[in-house]
Amino acid sequence: MRIFDPHIHMTSRTTDDYQAMYASGVRALVEPSFWLGQPRTSPASFYDYFDALLGWEPFRAAQYGIAHHCTLALNPKEANDPRCTPVLEELPRYLVKDGVVAVGEIGYDSMTPAEDVALAAQLQLAAEYALPAMVHTPHRDKLTGLRRTIDVVRESNLDPEHVLLDHLNETTVKDAAESGSWLGFSIYPDTKMDEDRMVSVLRDHGTDRVLVNSAADWGKSDPLKTRKVADAMLAAGFSEDDVDKVLWRNPVEFYGLSGRLQLDVPAPQALHEGNSILRGGE
Amino acid sequence: MNREALDARLDPKAVAWLDQALAEAGEAGKAQDNVAVPKWELRFAAAGRHCGQDNADDVRTLLLQHAAADVATLTRLYHQGAAAERRAVLLALPHRVPGPEALPLIEDALRTNDTRLVEAAVGPYAADHLDPHAWRHAVLKCLFTGVPVAAVAGAEHRAHGDAELARMLTDFASERTAAGRSVPPDLHRVLNMTGEES
Repeated sequence: MRIFDPHIHMTSRTTDDYQAMYASGVRALVEPSFWLGQPRTSPASFYDYFDALLGWEPFRAAQYGIAHHCTLALNPKEANDPRCTPVLEELPRYLVKDGVVAVGEIGYDSMTPAEDVALAAQLQLAAEYALPAMVHTPHRDKLTGLRRTIDVVRESNLDPEHVLLDHLNETTVKDAAESGSWLGFSIYPDTKMDEDRMVSVLRDHGTDRVLVNSAADWGKSDPLKTRKVADAMLAAGFSEDDVDKVLWRNPVEFYGLSGRLQLDVPAPQALHEGNSILRGGE
Repeated sequence: MNREALDARLDPKAVAWLDQALAEAGEAGKAQDNVAVPKWELRFAAAGRHCGQDNADDVRTLLLQHAAADVATLTRLYHQGAAAERRAVLLALPHRVPGPEALPLIEDALRTNDTRLVEAAVGPYAADHLDPHAWRHAVLKCLFTGVPVAAVAGAEHRAHGDAELARMLTDFASERTAAGRSVPPDLHRVLNMTGEES
């Protein structure tokens, strides 16, 4: 089974996670830039983070046989801090990098005017740089936030079919599907979606344009949730082809809109020859 | 690598892309080049996806050559570059910078644990300019991180007669042995190069 996790924050995860992900079938992932739990106070802190997503993290991933790409943006939460907004001016030089496959995570957090500005500006950047956009839907007041997000996408120069609406659930999937955008679902141990609810959504809405991710980060989360959804799908009677579509072909098609996916990472030597030559961190 | 050898590895679309990119690089620094980011620098960033990651080092170093990139430009491209771009800047240094002015880039790369950067940092530029202490640590870092000593330019010449390097290598070997771990085979290769018996 081949798995593409289209949303996971590996910066917050250990090499044990990489190893377990590879063992469970993960061969590619996308790490969207987001906040780090501790709010940043300067643009330079973002640039170091972006550099890590374009340098160190793909290097770590490759050692475990996993292709790493990223999405870059000023996230909605920190878009509210005027000390951080200069990031928007520097983004263009990052968006041309080989490893960047979308603008993201953008979207709403508290639905403030500052978030309106950042969302619209970054949808425009995505259109200009021929990149799709990865849009996070808010945790609080989710349905209102989703509808407002869809309106802003409609007013932008970016085709809704080049947009992934993420963190969807039973209450938001219908509106999101009608917008023509791609549908992302994050599977979490306690919050967001779980495996069985995900299977029900797939039963009701089908597998078209649906992406499933672990969104694992520094909070209570599980980087193997993608595999657990695959297993739950098979147990519920979905075919292996359905699983491959949701957990590989759909994310490849969506992020492939960037023209920048490079999925040919060699299998890790550590797992093949019983040693770890590229320690890197010793 | 020269242009002919590179072209042989590229498909026609990539060759056309490279033609255009090199033409733009040739215009670098001229008066009309007053846009926010010169076009050739965008090509420098995008080289991997247009010419293939296996060719990216060669394409990027060729671009730097055609743009006659100086220390200021190389430094900016390094700091604003993704890891693959940084690597290309490091590889280009011996051909672009005769003096030690670009050493801070080598030192930056040697502080990382990214073996792609460490490997590129220990090339001829480091052999020519890195001071003995930093050079010895670079060699040790290669042994630690699994970068083959074959990547260390001028190793034979620089290691010869270096008693301090021999001591560091011997200590490292003892530490590995004391821990019940294997000693990297490359360690003995460098130790032999020092010519210092221990």
